[in-house]
Amino acid sequence: MTQATLARNTPARGAAPGADARARRSLRRRRTLHWIGVHALGIAAAAFFILPFVFVLLTALMSDNQALTRDLWPHPFQWSNFSTVWHTPGFLTWWRNTLLYAVGGTVLTVVSSLPVAYALAKFRFRGRNLVMVLVISTMMLPPQVVIIPMYLFWTKQMGMDGTLWPLIIPMAFGDAFTIFLLRQFLLTIPKEYTEAAKVDGCGELRTLVTVIVPMIRPAIAAVALFQFFYCWNDYFGPQIYASSNPAAWTLSYGLESFKGAHHTNWNLTMAATVLVMAPVIVVFFFAQKAFIEGVTLTGVKG
Amino acid sequence: MSAAVHPLLRAKRRRNALRTLGFLSPWIIGFSVFFVYPLLSTVYFSFMHYNGINPPTWTGGKNWSYVFTDYPFFWPALRNTLWLVVVMVTLRVVFGLGIGLLITKIKTGAGFFRTAFYLPYLAPPVAATMAFVFLLNPGTGPVNHLLGDVGLPTPGWFTDPHWSKPALTVLAVWGIGDLMVIFMAALLDVPKEQYEAAELDGAGSWQRFRFVTLPNISPIVMFAVVTGVIQTMQYYTQPLVAGKVASGVIGNSGQQFEPGYPDKSTLTLPQLVYSQGFQHFDYGSACVIALVLFVLSMAFTALLMRRRSGFLSAED
Repeated sequence: MTQATLARNTPARGAAPGADARARRSLRRRRTLHWIGVHALGIAAAAFFILPFVFVLLTALMSDNQALTRDLWPHPFQWSNFSTVWHTPGFLTWWRNTLLYAVGGTVLTVVSSLPVAYALAKFRFRGRNLVMVLVISTMMLPPQVVIIPMYLFWTKQMGMDGTLWPLIIPMAFGDAFTIFLLRQFLLTIPKEYTEAAKVDGCGELRTLVTVIVPMIRPAIAAVALFQFFYCWNDYFGPQIYASSNPAAWTLSYGLESFKGAHHTNWNLTMAATVLVMAPVIVVFFFAQKAFIEGVTLTGVKG
Repeated sequence: MSAAVHPLLRAKRRRNALRTLGFLSPWIIGFSVFFVYPLLSTVYFSFMHYNGINPPTWTGGKNWSYVFTDYPFFWPALRNTLWLVVVMVTLRVVFGLGIGLLITKIKTGAGFFRTAFYLPYLAPPVAATMAFVFLLNPGTGPVNHLLGDVGLPTPGWFTDPHWSKPALTVLAVWGIGDLMVIFMAALLDVPKEQYEAAELDGAGSWQRFRFVTLPNISPIVMFAVVTGVIQTMQYYTQPLVAGKVASGVIGNSGQQFEPGYPDKSTLTLPQLVYSQGFQHFDYGSACVIALVLFVLSMAFTALLMRRRSGFLSAED
C-alpha cells in the first residue's frame, strides 16, 4: 500500500512546472463543471416556477374543445377569449371595485400608520414596549378571529352589508404590519435629522411630513405595495361583506364564480385567471426596485 | 421626585404626552374598535346561543362541549392542520433554503432566475389555486398527461382525499418566493472568513454547509418555521377555493358548498368559522372555533417574539 501511494505521488512531485499547469487546468475544469451543475439546477427550478404560467397562458388562448385535449400548443390562437372575458357582465365592475378597494385601502393605511410608526420609533413614553407587543400580536392574527362581531357590527348596526366599506374604513385606523415595517425603517434614521429640524423650529408633525417622509420614500413605496397586493388578493373580506351583492364583488371573489358560469370552459377560466394575475405582475415589474429595496431593508433590520 | 418638578417642565411633559397620544390615536381607536371590542364580544358570544335573528340566549359551556365532542369537523380540521404543519411547512423551508442557496451560487443571469423564482409568490391566491386545479385536473390537466406519458402514476390530486393535501403542498412550494428572499439575505450575511477558515481546515462542501452556514442562519430558519406554522393554522383561501372549484360546486350565490372537499381532507379552522357562522348561522360555536384559532396563533406569536427580541428593541 505504501508502495502504491509512493508510486502515485512521485511523478506529480517530480515534474514541478507541468504539474502546476495541470493543477490549474483541473481547478478550472472543476469550476466549469460547478458552473454547469448550478445553472442546470437553476434551469430545472426555473421550469418548475415558470411552466405553470406558460400552461395557463397557452390554455387561455385555446378553443374550449382544444383545452380538454392533450394539446399543449393552441391552434389557432383564439385571442378573442380575452375580450370574451372582458365583456362578461360584471367583469368591469369587479375590476373597478378591486381598484377602489386596493388604492383607497393603500392610501388610508399608509397615511394613518405613518404617525403611529413615527411615535413608536422616535418618542420616548411609558408603555411604548407594550404598544409594540400589541402591534406585533395583532399583526399575526387572522381576520377570522373577530369576524362574527365585526360582521354583526357592520351589517346590523351600520347597515353596510353588500358593500366594501367594512373593509376600507378600518384601514383609516392603522394597520399592524404597516406600522411595524415603517417603524423598523424609521429606526435606521439617525436622531440628528429630527433634532436639526426641531432646532429650525419645526413641530413634530411638520418634521415628519417635510423631513422624514422624503427620506423614507422607498420604505413607503414598499409598504404601499404590500398593502396594495393584500387588498388585490383578499378573498375572505369580500366573501363576508360583498357576497350578497354581485355589484360589489372584487376580481379575486368574482373569478371563482366565473368557473361556475362557464362550467367546463377551462380556456375562458384561464383567460380570466391571466387577467387577474397580470396587473399584479405588471405592478411588480414597474416597482421591482422599490420592492427589493424594501425587502432588503427589512432583512437588514429585522 | 415629582414634588420638585418645575411647573414649566410639567407643562412640557403634559404637552409631550398629548403629542404622543395624538400620533398614536389612529392605532388606539383602531385597536379598541376593531380588535379589543370584537374579541371580548367573541368571548361573550361563545357562551350564547345566537343565530342572528332571535336575541342571544345564555347556554353556558354548551357551544364549547359541542365543538370539542359532537361537531364532526373540528378534529379533522386540526388533523389536517397538523399534517400541513409537518409536511408543507417542512418542505417549504427546505426548498426555500435550497432555492436561496442556489440563487447565491448562480453567476450568469442571476436577475432572470431571481425574478423567475419570486414571481409565483405574487400570483393572487385565488388565481393561482384555479390555475393549479386546472393543471392538476385528473382527466384533462397537462400534469397528468405528462406523468402518464412517462409511465408514472396519475393521481386524482384535488379530487382524491389522499392527494388533496399533497396537491396543496405543491401549490405552496410553488409560491416560495418570500422564503427565498429571506434566506438569500441571510446567506449573504454569513461572514466569508468563516468559509475560508473551514476550507483551510479541509472541510468539504457538506461540512461547510453543516458547520458554517447552518449555525449562522439558524435564527432565520427558526423564524421561517414559526411564521410557517402560524400561516398554516390560518390557511383559508387556497383550500377553500381548491375544494370549491374541484368539486364543481360554486357557492357564490345559489348552491352552498360545504368546505373540506374531498371528504373533509382540506378543512382548516378558519373555514370552520366561516361555515358555522355564515352558512349554518351558529354564531356561538363559530366564536368557539375563532377563540381556539386565537389562542393557537397567540401561542406561536409569543414564541416568535421570545426568539426575535430584535422585534422590540428601539435605538436607545
